[in-house]
Amino acid sequence: MIQKEEFPLKKVCIICAKGSIEDVYATLVMANGAVMEGIETKVFFTFFGLDAITKKQMTKLHTATVGNPAMRMPNGWAFPTLLGAIPGVEAGVSAMMKSQMEKLDIPTVPEFLEMITAGGGEIFACKLATDMFKLKKEDLSDEVSDIITVGEFYGLCGGQGTQIIFT
Amino acid sequence: MTQKIYAGVTLEVNDEGYLLEKSQWTKEIAKAIAKEDNLELTDKHFEVIEFLRDRVAKGEALTIRSIGKSGIVDIKGFYGLFPGAPLKLATRIGGLPKPVSCV
Repeated sequence: MIQKEEFPLKKVCIICAKGSIEDVYATLVMANGAVMEGIETKVFFTFFGLDAITKKQMTKLHTATVGNPAMRMPNGWAFPTLLGAIPGVEAGVSAMMKSQMEKLDIPTVPEFLEMITAGGGEIFACKLATDMFKLKKEDLSDEVSDIITVGEFYGLCGGQGTQIIFT
Repeated sequence: MTQKIYAGVTLEVNDEGYLLEKSQWTKEIAKAIAKEDNLELTDKHFEVIEFLRDRVAKGEALTIRSIGKSGIVDIKGFYGLFPGAPLKLATRIGGLPKPVSCV
């Protein structure tokens, strides 16, 4: 008989480098989902992902209506790229997406960050990217523990049963 | 499917220890299940459990967010009451099916 040994996931380190609604929510849902399962969770925001933890930008995330082949009209037709380029269309589509999410009880970005830290998860900002975008600790959400280097982030990712996820 | 005896009552539970019939649940059973997890239930625990049972009875989804908005306990407090995976633990102790929500 073959013994199947299982090694449950103990820690996840999730990296978010993009700032569109879908990219940020992929990170937030996976991070919060891990916290809910009792899995130790570290989240690292870098480059455009920093928008999700920047006070000024976090409630204004958009989804791309240009160059997004999965974008559809509400009736299922393909969304013409030229239509997506018209000013205001991206904002309208993004607002529609957010209202759909609210109906499913999906939290807003600031609320999601609070939920993650309330459950013991930790949120970090990338040192290099904050320098590049000229952001300081006070520009970031209060839920952000620290601004750290890549090396410091890897330092947090040690231990058996740890996975690094790049969304 | 297995049988377990909690507070002197024989109950059917699934592989993960969730009661199959939520109507059989009593506070005494909850205390006995919690004891297996080394958890001593307080009135606050029961307030949360009653809230969860009420929501399930109404056919509403259970989310961490809804508990935060319940006014009974904030999310941090909920993690404090049911350490680890609070929604799974609270529903198992509360005699409810395992929640299927992702948030």
